[in-house]
Amino acid sequence: MNLNRGRFFAGPRVATLAAFMSTIIASMFSVVAGASTFMPPSATALAAEVDHIYAFLLIASLISFILLIGGMFWFVYKYQRRSANDKTAYITHDHTLEFVWSFVPFVIFMFVFFWGWKVYHDMRTVPADALEVQVMAKKWDWRFTYKSGKEVTSGLDDNGQKIPATLVVPSGRPVKLVMASEKINAASTDPRDRPVLHSFFIPSARVKQDVVPGRYTMLWFNFDQPGEYWVFCTEFCGAGHSAMKAKIKAVPQADFDRWLAEEGGGVLTLAEQGKALYGAKACVGCHSADGTRVVGPTFKGSWGAQHKMEGGATVAVDENYIRESILNPNAKIVAGYPAGVMPAYAGQLSDDELLALIEFIKTLK
Amino acid sequence: MSTAKSSTPGVHQHAHHYDSAEHEYQSSKQGLWLFMCTEILMFGGLFVAYIIFHNMFPETFKVGSLFTDVKYGATNTVVLLFSSLTMALGIHYCQMRQQQKAVIALAVTILCGFAFMGIKWLEYSHKFHMGLLPGDWYAGNAEMIAAEIGNVTIPSNIALYFSFYFMMTGLHGVHVLVGMGLITWVMIRTMRGEFGPHFYTPVEGVGLFWHLVDLVWIYLFPLLYLVS
Amino acid sequence: MANVTGAHTANHSDSNYLNHEKGLWNWLSTLDHKRIGLLYFITVAIFFLIGGIFALLIRTELFSAGETIMTAEQYSRVMTYHGAVMVFLVIIPGIPAFLGNFFLPMQIGAKDVAFPRLNLASWYCLIIGAGIALASLFFGGADTGWTFYTPYSIKHAPAVICMVLGVFVAGFSSILTGLNFIVTTHKLRAPGMTMNRIPLFVWALYSTAIIQVLATPVLAITVLLLAAENVFGIGFFDPALGGDPVLFQHFFWFYSHPAVYIMILPAFGVISELITTFSKKTIFGYTAIAYSSVAIAAVSFFVWGHHMFVSGQSEIAGIVFSFITMLVGVPTAIKLFNWVATLYKGSINLSAPMLYALGFMFLFTIGGVTGIFLATIAVDVHFHDTYFVVAHFHYVMVGGTLMAIMGGIYYWFPKMFGKLVNDKWAQVSFFFIFVGFNVTFYPQFVLGSLGMPRRYFDYLPEYEHLNRISTVGAYLIGIGFVISVITVIHGLFRGKPAGPNPWGGTTLEWTTASPPPHENFLVTPIVTAGPYEHR
Repeated sequence: MNLNRGRFFAGPRVATLAAFMSTIIASMFSVVAGASTFMPPSATALAAEVDHIYAFLLIASLISFILLIGGMFWFVYKYQRRSANDKTAYITHDHTLEFVWSFVPFVIFMFVFFWGWKVYHDMRTVPADALEVQVMAKKWDWRFTYKSGKEVTSGLDDNGQKIPATLVVPSGRPVKLVMASEKINAASTDPRDRPVLHSFFIPSARVKQDVVPGRYTMLWFNFDQPGEYWVFCTEFCGAGHSAMKAKIKAVPQADFDRWLAEEGGGVLTLAEQGKALYGAKACVGCHSADGTRVVGPTFKGSWGAQHKMEGGATVAVDENYIRESILNPNAKIVAGYPAGVMPAYAGQLSDDELLALIEFIKTLK
Repeated sequence: MSTAKSSTPGVHQHAHHYDSAEHEYQSSKQGLWLFMCTEILMFGGLFVAYIIFHNMFPETFKVGSLFTDVKYGATNTVVLLFSSLTMALGIHYCQMRQQQKAVIALAVTILCGFAFMGIKWLEYSHKFHMGLLPGDWYAGNAEMIAAEIGNVTIPSNIALYFSFYFMMTGLHGVHVLVGMGLITWVMIRTMRGEFGPHFYTPVEGVGLFWHLVDLVWIYLFPLLYLVS
Repeated sequence: MANVTGAHTANHSDSNYLNHEKGLWNWLSTLDHKRIGLLYFITVAIFFLIGGIFALLIRTELFSAGETIMTAEQYSRVMTYHGAVMVFLVIIPGIPAFLGNFFLPMQIGAKDVAFPRLNLASWYCLIIGAGIALASLFFGGADTGWTFYTPYSIKHAPAVICMVLGVFVAGFSSILTGLNFIVTTHKLRAPGMTMNRIPLFVWALYSTAIIQVLATPVLAITVLLLAAENVFGIGFFDPALGGDPVLFQHFFWFYSHPAVYIMILPAFGVISELITTFSKKTIFGYTAIAYSSVAIAAVSFFVWGHHMFVSGQSEIAGIVFSFITMLVGVPTAIKLFNWVATLYKGSINLSAPMLYALGFMFLFTIGGVTGIFLATIAVDVHFHDTYFVVAHFHYVMVGGTLMAIMGGIYYWFPKMFGKLVNDKWAQVSFFFIFVGFNVTFYPQFVLGSLGMPRRYFDYLPEYEHLNRISTVGAYLIGIGFVISVITVIHGLFRGKPAGPNPWGGTTLEWTTASPPPHENFLVTPIVTAGPYEHR
């Protein structure tokens, strides 16, 4: 190895390297300086909370990056090789230093961990007064159903271009989405048409939740201001994945009420549809709606209650529990009731019918 | 594991990159145990899935196991346990350089393998006949089912039980077949007199594998046959 | 400098491992770890070329919003093959199977790995696995993404079945290599080479091997179940039969998160070697670096759920995984600090391998800190499955692992082939790759923050500007690699003789001739000191 060659290049090369690296760092700086514009405008209080953590992380990262990589450049500049016989220091370790650079990052990491936990907990805690909307995802579209039975789907414009479904919500009020994934075509037996994973992502609200076939997942948000926001599908679901968009339009409560009332008439509410199914699917034979004990547990007052199971476990009655109890009744048996009596309804009820039944059960306070 | 061919029968020369035969033996043994770890983790994945689904659908597993024949399962358990014993004897006789006894022990082990697979074949063909197949292929014949287990409500996802049954016993069966092939290989080498007190690593390794196959079955038997 | 007694440094006989035996068949049936290493070199380089072409196709398609050069169906496939080829056939075998195979035995003073036949068998596993996986292209190609998420991947399609069985077979390559390395490290160290004298590259490979042996079998059973799901519809992951699609994610990430460390830990090892040699200084905090590798390996098994914060897993599970993920950050930070501290008062030689090492530190630091963003659960909810994640793992996998592979190739090239490459051109390639890399992936952090999801064939018009910058960067990287290939080939044929130790390295491989003789050392080295005694 010809060391002279290294030396010949050393001076100008370090200068170029430094100039070039500082350009990169400077450009990253300038981008970070406008950090708030990095994210889409935050439209909910929770989004603002997320942005605070994000801003903290950006600044902390930048400082650590400059310390570390700045230190690297400084050393590279200062201790360039002068000759093949350079003497170097023999430093094997330094316990104090090593403790400091292990402990300080640890403390910072724990700090952001707890902060992230706190905000995440808020994300997962749905306010009790939230307006509920059912979301149905399929390849490759979104569909929204309100309790009134009103349904919003995508449409086509005059040029045959898709107009994404627009979820209209009141601003300033929490909205809870109950989401499920359905088949492209209920009658199809083609395995490629089975329901798949999707994910409901509202960048402006900084929230996202996968939509999982076979169960319900929830998401909530509360837009401060009226406005229009994008919804993207963020779980790969096939060729139409990137076209699987929807919009959320937040409007003042009064406008929302007006909108919900128009064109909504004539349709049964979800609960009414559920009530009809309660009769038609013969639930009524074994589960009373008025609290009397028949074969199975009554529906009255069951929503939100804690049911004691055979085997001693306690289960909260929520959407997923009811869904499971309809589709696979023997999975969990309420204490004091016989097992193996109710037939499984798997494959006999559509996702819409299930949601309607659940809605009906919710009304039986 | 030996890369050097023995020039004289029974005298094993260690491979060029080891210091001694003992060094090679210890290394091979460590490698074998690590391989056993990977096997356990692979089956472990299936067992974890079993626990999860058994927890979700206890009824399905309970009813599913009614279709298994405990007599067959128990016989197979005994057969495998006995074969583990003969395998251990085979290793022992190889170490002692009692060639003939070793070959007999190994041959009995292989026969046990055949017996095991034979019984499996009886069980499988019976299930195929009844249409008790995994997942989408399930086509249970209602009359035959009633004749077999009487008047029991069949859970709607009973096919899931057969998915587990065939995946677990199938993967295990493949291991039994591989094990039988390996035992045949070491038996032939025993006949050639390649093993003795100073070199028996392949027999020991194959034996370890065979014990693992046995061990997995000891877990499979109660999980699939006795769960009701 | 040499910490070895009794070893003849230069060996002037002409016999070396390259000309020990001749002929293609001798190469394809070789048991010599060095030759097997080179077999891996060639195969990984070919797969990298294939994966790279897919990458450029992706970036070209994304140059403009809407359809640019291919349909959405084609895009899904290109995206899948880019990911699967790069992960399973390039980055996972890249350092361990190629550089590790070649240098792990040499660095501990062994003549070979513990099980040479198994070593060759692992190469064939990779080739056969890759063959099966790529055969899926003849069945229309798989379009599931490299993660094969169920239920989308359950479509009874031969292409998907081929793909996952290919991964299954290639997985054995990884398991067997790991097994071989563990036993080699334990049993074949030269006299005096205690565990606290083994080079850090060996420590890194050893930690990696533990993960390979313990995690890969779980991938094996997962893809086997997925194949059975496609053939029989067994229903484990299919809600129609009461199965759970999210269970697949748990299984998959139980392997694939540790696999991330299979990809990056060996890179840490290479960087430790490069930093100490090119600073002509002993490594700072040998013990900390060595044990932090093992710590990362151990903790990596308990963080898989951080890929699933929005999958519907319980709140408490998310929090626990977030917490453990933060813990992995600590040993990773320790390594970076140690490397920078090693530069202090050194004699720094800015040859190409060192530039790659410094580039690694620059890029990996960005990859690392953005990892903390993603570990912070509330922030991850926004970033999950957006381009922010894409940028993050490319900073780690490409900015980290690939930079280390390149640095390692340039560092050990003189040892492998006895010739020097043209350092100036190697540096030019570095500048192209480094600049191109930042131009490609830095804008993707911004895109992700703005909310552009990953795996998108089409995007909102407002994202176009940043996507164009990113595409230009991808071509710069491409140019960088073309220059590197030419430089390496030029070095092979026209390189000046290297001599046994051109860089002043202190580990054992530098004490023998270049290229090394068939059994590495003419006389078994006896080790009397640590690996980096630059006094």
